[in-house]
Amino acid sequence: MSHWIIALIVLPAMLAPFIVLAARYHIRIQRTFSLAGVLALIAIAASLAWQVSDGSIVLYRLSDWAAPFGIVLVGDRLSTMMVLLTVVLALFVLLYAIGSGWDNRGRHFHALFQFQLMGLLGAFLTGDLFNLFVFFEVLLIASYGLMIHAGGNVRLRAGVQYVLFNLIGSTLFLFALGSIYAETGTLNMADLANRVAMIGPEDSVGIRVASVLLLLVFAIKAAVVPLHFWLPSSYAEAPGPVGALFAIMTKVGAYAIIRVYTLIFPPDLEVTAGLHEVWLLPAALVSLTLGMAGVLAARRLDRLVAFSIIGSMGMVMVAIALFTPSGIAAALYYIVHSTLAGAVLFLISDLVRSGRGNVELTAQPPMAGISLTAGLFFVGAIAMAGLPPLSGFLGKLLVLDSAYGTDLVVWIWAVVLISSLVSLLGFARAGSILFWKPHSLSDPADTEQMLRPATLSYVATGGLVALLVAHTVFAGQVHGYTTRVAAQLFAPGPYIATVLDTPGKLSTPKEDH
Amino acid sequence: MEILVASAIGILTAGGLYLMLRLRTFPVILGMSLLTYAVNVFLFASGRLTVGAPPILRDGVTVYTDPLPQALVLTAIVISFGMTAVVVMIALGAFLGSDDDHVDDRPDGADRQPGGRS
Repeated sequence: MSHWIIALIVLPAMLAPFIVLAARYHIRIQRTFSLAGVLALIAIAASLAWQVSDGSIVLYRLSDWAAPFGIVLVGDRLSTMMVLLTVVLALFVLLYAIGSGWDNRGRHFHALFQFQLMGLLGAFLTGDLFNLFVFFEVLLIASYGLMIHAGGNVRLRAGVQYVLFNLIGSTLFLFALGSIYAETGTLNMADLANRVAMIGPEDSVGIRVASVLLLLVFAIKAAVVPLHFWLPSSYAEAPGPVGALFAIMTKVGAYAIIRVYTLIFPPDLEVTAGLHEVWLLPAALVSLTLGMAGVLAARRLDRLVAFSIIGSMGMVMVAIALFTPSGIAAALYYIVHSTLAGAVLFLISDLVRSGRGNVELTAQPPMAGISLTAGLFFVGAIAMAGLPPLSGFLGKLLVLDSAYGTDLVVWIWAVVLISSLVSLLGFARAGSILFWKPHSLSDPADTEQMLRPATLSYVATGGLVALLVAHTVFAGQVHGYTTRVAAQLFAPGPYIATVLDTPGKLSTPKEDH
Repeated sequence: MEILVASAIGILTAGGLYLMLRLRTFPVILGMSLLTYAVNVFLFASGRLTVGAPPILRDGVTVYTDPLPQALVLTAIVISFGMTAVVVMIALGAFLGSDDDHVDDRPDGADRQPGGRS
């Protein structure tokens, strides 16, 4: 049993207190260790992803206790892919935070950042629903700290809303876990998959309630309308790099939905039939519409980006709610795209803020570093709106293709295409106000000169843009891989067998002292 | 006993929900705490209610209570306690900073909110 998989959780968990305790007043040491930690995480995550890319499943039993009794971490194609995405995003966000000096505007940025990574990676790797809850709490409590990093009244006010909304979500999660445990007597995902399948239709009341509650919890995390109210102000008010890191947090909700509703409550399961097409799909279509309408309506760049996150999550959820292998494959391709594009846009929003002091969508004299920022915004907006050269277009095409032949195909195509047009208008409007109109303003002399953002900020943002381009160029390979991920998800037999049948302590009577 | 526990959970949840729909942070946080108490009792009851039975193996005992929910509840209590402390601190900071403890975005736009309501 290789121990590398738990290093993904232990390493940030050790680094964070080290940074708080030993390097409290030395920002350089904090930066070095934080960066080294993230680089090590990338190496581990990449080797793990390589290891499971042939379809094998990595199982880690803590203290070697066998599966339904002990805690397990499971790495399969889906979880390692999400882990790799998270740590790669974290690297660029960290570079940006260092370059822009955001990490030095308040205390403990790097420690909270590491704790946030620990929660994210744990949530992707755990094979146990209760630990999913625990890691959700770890990532949330770190995100509370990150969100109000550097303080300010508006940010604190948005922070209160964010914390309260997520606390309600956590409480709902606990109610869901309680009902699942009362119905099945286990919280291990693989064990649950077996036991839920055995529940007859006559005593399915409890498990139905539990599955709907779980879906609600994950929909809160994924900001599906009507549970999205926490997102716009909290993401918009959070510091730029933190908002960029949060681009992966909504995807944790999407990941949890994919995991739980393919493994435990698969689409052909009788007791939860109708949940996806009746509830999730319409809600996803509404999120897509509302998010893209918000892009057009927003009067500040950070709000615009926050609404585009809601819209792109809507797109992801549309593809997920189909619950076909091709739908999940398209959703995974789009998840990678929308994480990168959302992060790029949040970083650009921060570049604009540091270039001219605010992010109001009004014509103002040219900001510092306008040409580079404008170029990056152009690419980021094309990606997010889904115009041809970049991966947003391909992702949208995959979603449309996988929806072809379903009952709601007319609705899905209509909503996706019209909302793309709306978001295109929104981004074009924002871009022309921010970057074109300033040149026609006559007298820029009377405003104070802002400093051009640091080079490292541009390098970090440009790095993410380069990843987006790579995601487009290697779209065939990536989509081929997500197709294999989806195939593995829809044949959960090896997953369940690996988790439950690998011998460990307590697994057979003769090994029991 | 079942009816007692069930109604306790129900009343706590109802009270918690009512308080959470208030506009100011103090009642909302109180409601939050009531709701977490409710969910803790609920989790505890999810392993079935048994009276006077030990949770761990002992000689000469045939009826046990399920130990796992007790462990889960312990975790949940610790987490909810910490979370409540965090939200109290952030809410206090927001209140002291802007002299206003409403949890919603103010429509009059007293502070920088031209982006409108979320």
